[in-house]
Amino acid sequence: MTERKTMATVAAYAQTQDTPLPEYTAKDFESDQIVRWCPGCGDYSILAQMKRTLPDLGVRRENTVFISGIGCSSRFPYYMNTYGIHSIHGRAPAIASGLRATRPDLDVWIVTGDGDSLSIGGNHLIHICRRNIDATILLFNNQIYGLTKGQYSPTSPVGQKSYSTPQGSIDAPFNPLRIALGANASFVARTIDRDTRHLQQILKRSHDHRGTAFVEIYQDCIVYNKDAFLSMTDKDTKEDHILYLEHGEPMVFGKARDKGIRLDGLQPKVISLKDEGVSMDDLLVHDEHDRYGTLSDILATFQEREGFPRPVGVVRNIERPVYEDDLQKQVDKEVARGGEADLQALLEEGDMWEVK
Amino acid sequence: MAKQKEVLRDVTIRFADDSGSGMQISGDQFTKTTALLGNDISTMPDFPAEIRAPAGTLAGISSFQIHFSSTDIHTPGDEVDVLVAMNPAALKVSLPLVRKNGILIINTSQFQAKNLKLADYASNPLEDKSLDGYQVFKFDLEQQTADALRDFTELTKREIERTKNMYALGLIFWLFNRPLEHTIGWITSYFDRPGRDKYIEPNVTALKAGYIFGDVSELFATSYEVKPAPLAPGKYRNLHGNTGICLGLIAASQKSGLPLFYAGYPITPASTILHELASYKRFGVKTFQAEDEIAAICAALGGAYGGALAVTASSGPGIALKQEGISLAASVELPLIICNIQRGGPSTGLPTKTEQSDLYQAIVGRHGETPLPVISTSRPSDCFDVAYEAARIATKYMTPVILLSDGYVGSGSEPWLIPNAAELVPIDVHYHTDPEGFEPFSRNADTLARPWAVPGTPGLEHRIGGLEKEDGSGNVSYDSDNHEKMTQYRAEKIERIALEIPPTEIFGDEEGGDLLIVGWGSTYGAIRTAVERQRELGKSVSRIHLRWLNPLPSDLGDVMKRFKKVLVPELNSGQLRTFLRAKYLVDAIGYNKIQGLPFRAQELEEQILELI
Ligand code: SF4
Repeated sequence: MTERKTMATVAAYAQTQDTPLPEYTAKDFESDQIVRWCPGCGDYSILAQMKRTLPDLGVRRENTVFISGIGCSSRFPYYMNTYGIHSIHGRAPAIASGLRATRPDLDVWIVTGDGDSLSIGGNHLIHICRRNIDATILLFNNQIYGLTKGQYSPTSPVGQKSYSTPQGSIDAPFNPLRIALGANASFVARTIDRDTRHLQQILKRSHDHRGTAFVEIYQDCIVYNKDAFLSMTDKDTKEDHILYLEHGEPMVFGKARDKGIRLDGLQPKVISLKDEGVSMDDLLVHDEHDRYGTLSDILATFQEREGFPRPVGVVRNIERPVYEDDLQKQVDKEVARGGEADLQALLEEGDMWEVK
Repeated sequence: MAKQKEVLRDVTIRFADDSGSGMQISGDQFTKTTALLGNDISTMPDFPAEIRAPAGTLAGISSFQIHFSSTDIHTPGDEVDVLVAMNPAALKVSLPLVRKNGILIINTSQFQAKNLKLADYASNPLEDKSLDGYQVFKFDLEQQTADALRDFTELTKREIERTKNMYALGLIFWLFNRPLEHTIGWITSYFDRPGRDKYIEPNVTALKAGYIFGDVSELFATSYEVKPAPLAPGKYRNLHGNTGICLGLIAASQKSGLPLFYAGYPITPASTILHELASYKRFGVKTFQAEDEIAAICAALGGAYGGALAVTASSGPGIALKQEGISLAASVELPLIICNIQRGGPSTGLPTKTEQSDLYQAIVGRHGETPLPVISTSRPSDCFDVAYEAARIATKYMTPVILLSDGYVGSGSEPWLIPNAAELVPIDVHYHTDPEGFEPFSRNADTLARPWAVPGTPGLEHRIGGLEKEDGSGNVSYDSDNHEKMTQYRAEKIERIALEIPPTEIFGDEEGGDLLIVGWGSTYGAIRTAVERQRELGKSVSRIHLRWLNPLPSDLGDVMKRFKKVLVPELNSGQLRTFLRAKYLVDAIGYNKIQGLPFRAQELEEQILELI
């Protein structure tokens, strides 16, 4: 009986499940709403890459849900022709958790910003990662509060001048990768708004992961924090400032691909391949699947180290039990054990007596 | 010597000891046996906020009160007839509740200097004359328990001492002529686990020893009998309020076909709802212990968005944290049930004591103009109906519903006439599935409810959110006229729920009279008892009890006008009274108590007499 109405919904889309998956194009995912980000904002690129990627994911449009919090990035769901909720500040992971717990058939994306997820919503971010709910979190990191007009954020560097820090920020910033890794996220990646192909790849890979996928996307807020990531996007400098991670490949970077990372005890070192006696074999080889995350922890520190390239790509990718799978298993087991749900028997449970 | 048996109409017993000593178990067992004998019962546990406060202190006393009767009763008893006090602190805390010439059963083993001092006694009450006005039965209960268990040589002294609650229970069973079978059965199954089964025999032995002590000791000359109460025919069980809420929710889930999803965060006195629902997975119930109260309301909202019957529960401080999420649910018009099991506030306040002080929070909490339906429980036996009704209204009107209960109702118990599941009013819910002309914020002409279009339905892809929505399309709209219209729609939708409220039932003079008492929530029993007693004495006093607090019943203003005076007793400073005065311009008089304690019927009677 419990299944009746849920069955009705399932039936509604089961009809279409029988029919072949429509051949979607990017256009099919575009809503009729006017996009209202500032012209030139990095959000446009992320929206475009998302629309380009969705047709390749093999998921029906009606089974796709975007959930966001508050902030510039959180307007994202309004621009997608899928299901979506633009919710309240910081709470998207909690809403997504409730939705996934009850509707594991849906494909859930969370769109959030650095203020939304690392300040007001920090608690929900770490707990969704801990539970390993199967959802993809896209954290648009622009290191500033945009929608509230330019206050420093929890990822702004020390010294950042903003309306709320006229003398410069004195807050130590969060390193988002460290937060996600510390919360044991099973998939952690980083990409950049302007690097469109890489962004598409990472969107696809994060979607294909089962469990919480955390993606930090460097996003340029051209109004309040312009060019915060310039060295990583400018074509003259980016090769020297970015390390593209590839599973099983040595860590090489630089315009001439002449620099690499070596491990010296527990400390990573940038070395030149041109130096005498140095070869590819000396370099650290990337392993996404490192179970205990030793390597991913080291990679996450690069941004804090002088002279190190910024790793982009998949930092970590492991398998862990998914919360809603286990919840469903417990329910199924109890249903199997308890037999047909008998409401009258439930009401009469325990010590009962009859008055004639 | 054959002992006398005296028949009594009703009795109130209070068991009191250090918290963690098993007194709640003794009380619970006495209740179960008494319920099975067919008495009407009403119970109230009373415990400190700390799990095991220091032994022997006044702050650490845990009590369990049961009122049972051969007639219809509505409260756990104003005055205690029999007090079982296991130490000086227990005596000190409970004595003011005992009636003149009441029975005191006192365990003397704890009355040494140290414990007397902990209980703030300047002199030993067993030796000075302070207990002269009572029937005192004192004996060394711990020593007698130890003597009875002397053959259990493998048990430690501490383990033997822990069975003293069963010895006390056995004695009370004898005093009121109750059989031991049910409790023996319970002991046997409770300890039926490897490593614990060695406690079965000692506990049964202690129980029986207490019973035999009553029977043979010359201390007790009389035992008492309370005959079964004339309850309406049917099947009954003893029901705690929070259990009633759980069962009502599961019934609503089964009748509507919606899967039940509960998201909550631990908080006294609401946690038992989470515990119980977690044990009903076989009914497809999914529970989610969230990382905080905010996550709990948001996860519930996520469940509702996906098409579940979604519920969260908390108490005052937790509800305060949830308010922003509740406002979102009101704004996106999704069905949700938010239970507030009230306790004494503000802040952590009195977590284990009762109060009705969250009515303001329920009705005018949140931000913006966000009226919501508010329904309340009045006693353990109506919690099932209230939860069921909350679910029916939430889904019919596509709105969050606030369900107000309190610790007194939630952890109290009374007999519940078990309904026939097949006869429950249907809850007919249909998700919207037709893409033809679909608009997420179009409205049902009668209820003003918007369609429930859940993700996964082809052709209905749409976005909802906290920004103001355009009437119909639901697209973001900053249009000023539209905002006013939407605000009015949301308010009007809640107002229309008044059509669901049956005409107000007046107990007493339907045509009007001297005094009308308007009650809500857990004051039900005390008000009913006080009014019934005073009507027997010929006073023109009547009462109504509100289940819906928002909207209020359409006939309420008219009903109040028929009476010369209106009295509103509340366990707060007058919150319902404020609304009644504001809405109806009625000169409602308050009777208010903010002590973390329920009303006694007696104090309400005094108030009635003052006004008539
Ligand atoms: S304020 Fe910054 S982040 Fe927001 S839309 Fe404008 S450019 Fe983008």
